[in-house]
Amino acid sequence: MSQHSRRRALSNVVVSLCGLAVVLALIPLVLIFIYVIKQGFSSLNWDFFTKMPKPVGEPGGGMANAMLGTLWLITIAAFFAIPVGIIAGVYLSEYRGSRFASLVRFTADVLNGVPSIVIGIFAYGLAVLPVHRFSALAGGLALGFMMIPIITRTTEELLNLVPPTMREGALALGATRARAAFGVMVPAALPGIMTGILVALARIAGETAPLLFTSFNNRYFTTRLDQPIASLTVQVYTYAISPYDDWHRQAWAGALVLVAFVFVFSVLARVVTRRLERMHRG
Amino acid sequence: MTKPSSSRRSTDDRLFRLGTGFFAFLVVLLVAGIAYELFRDSRLSIAKFGFHFWRTTTWDPVAGQFGALPFIWGTLYSSLLALLISTPIALGIAIFLSELAPRALRTPLAFLTELLAAIPSIVYGLWGIFVLVPMVRQLEIHTPDWLRKFPLFSGPPLGVGMLSAGLILAVMVIPFTSSVAREVLKAVPATQREAAYALGATRWEAIQAALRFGRTGILGAIILGLGRAIGETMAVTMVIGNNPRISPSLFAAQHTMAAVIANEFTEADTNLYLSALIEIGLVLFVITLIINALSQLLIWSVSREIKAKAPKAAAVVPVQPEVAA
Repeated sequence: MSQHSRRRALSNVVVSLCGLAVVLALIPLVLIFIYVIKQGFSSLNWDFFTKMPKPVGEPGGGMANAMLGTLWLITIAAFFAIPVGIIAGVYLSEYRGSRFASLVRFTADVLNGVPSIVIGIFAYGLAVLPVHRFSALAGGLALGFMMIPIITRTTEELLNLVPPTMREGALALGATRARAAFGVMVPAALPGIMTGILVALARIAGETAPLLFTSFNNRYFTTRLDQPIASLTVQVYTYAISPYDDWHRQAWAGALVLVAFVFVFSVLARVVTRRLERMHRG
Repeated sequence: MTKPSSSRRSTDDRLFRLGTGFFAFLVVLLVAGIAYELFRDSRLSIAKFGFHFWRTTTWDPVAGQFGALPFIWGTLYSSLLALLISTPIALGIAIFLSELAPRALRTPLAFLTELLAAIPSIVYGLWGIFVLVPMVRQLEIHTPDWLRKFPLFSGPPLGVGMLSAGLILAVMVIPFTSSVAREVLKAVPATQREAAYALGATRWEAIQAALRFGRTGILGAIILGLGRAIGETMAVTMVIGNNPRISPSLFAAQHTMAAVIANEFTEADTNLYLSALIEIGLVLFVITLIINALSQLLIWSVSREIKAKAPKAAAVVPVQPEVAA
């Protein structure tokens, strides 16, 4: 009997420790949110969104160039990563049983875990080293390489959620596999795929390491692919490790913009995914 | 003889397979390309230093001396420290969310813990510099003297250093480990727990049965976290102190492989210097490749095992969509 109550007591201790673990993980989350919102809001103003950075030591100015730069970089990345990712995902879903599909799936997951700084070196060797100049193109390539495995796997998973009867119906009506895939399956999964793309964009917009020595930084804004370009993340990094209080303030404001961006997309993705799952399960 | 329309269709279908397969092949090509290029651009350093590069501790770019041991040390130290802190917490979360929490709480709590993975690394770093490091410095200042005599706690209370890096890495790794471990536990057939309960097991004993059933997958989840910790760059470089010196102390400023690349890449003024940094990148790539492959195989093997052992339980591991199909 006493052994039984000891076992029950141990069980209760472990159960409460598990609950405690959740609380322990939420503490840093809450602390980060509080600090970013508190410090960020007090530093956020109209100038931050509309002005260019001031020279070192002069207070004021903003991160307009860096925000435009980040948007431009993720546009470059999306331009080639979205088509490649979607078509590769279609292959994985259409030929899911094949050995090559398993290899690609495995490679995509492994690629997803390659440190972003290593992807940065790759983009550096590809686009900076040959011409000896940092460029928006190199930064966009690095971010795009990171997007490809995410989009590939998301597309595949969402296509697998579409009822197979839809493909079978299309094929029975005489459609080619290409027609069935791109005319029926992909459109059916499109809301989910779009959400997946938005999440991928939000994630790479928060990347810093692969941009440090590819797109580098720029005090002005340019859309030229062969010129260095500023980004929100690199700018926050530069300001965070600087000795100036005013730059620290702006770094917090930049962090708030980044976190808000990521948060909105995560919630959006959550809502859409749940609705899709409910729809497909009937 | 086949009718012309159906033969055209099979040609079309073959073209479709080849066409989409080409794009899928690009993913494989990308990984091969990274390996090739990192190797090509680090030849200079490999040829000059050989294995010596990984055994020596002097990192003096001005003198052209490059020894990478301090970075290996720092990466291993910080990652294992992070793993030590994060693993119990992440497993606790996984157990709580899959076995214990009321149904209504599961989704929102899972969403919140996974939000930790969505916060950009630079934001962790910024928060680390201005909030975590001062807190750690206070902790270090108030460490009693008798404790400081141990090598683990020696050195001046800087705040920046191994302890801060380990803590911030632990927070960043938790969501990865916990979400995969949760999927693994979810995939363990309910019969495992029911059998344990039927034999008179307590709640914890039933959970243990589920953990034992999914142990390979749980190990995969932990290793996945290790891979993340090893490759993490920005948050670490902002709090670890960037000092290439091997020390056993939690309080000492140290350096990691990823951090030295981020810090010194644009300053590398000689080909040899650049090549040495790229060689560090190459090794980082190979290590994370092996770790990720290993963790994928472990996670996949669990769902395959479950599928084989309990076909009726319809083992659906969402990280594993082809099983669902």
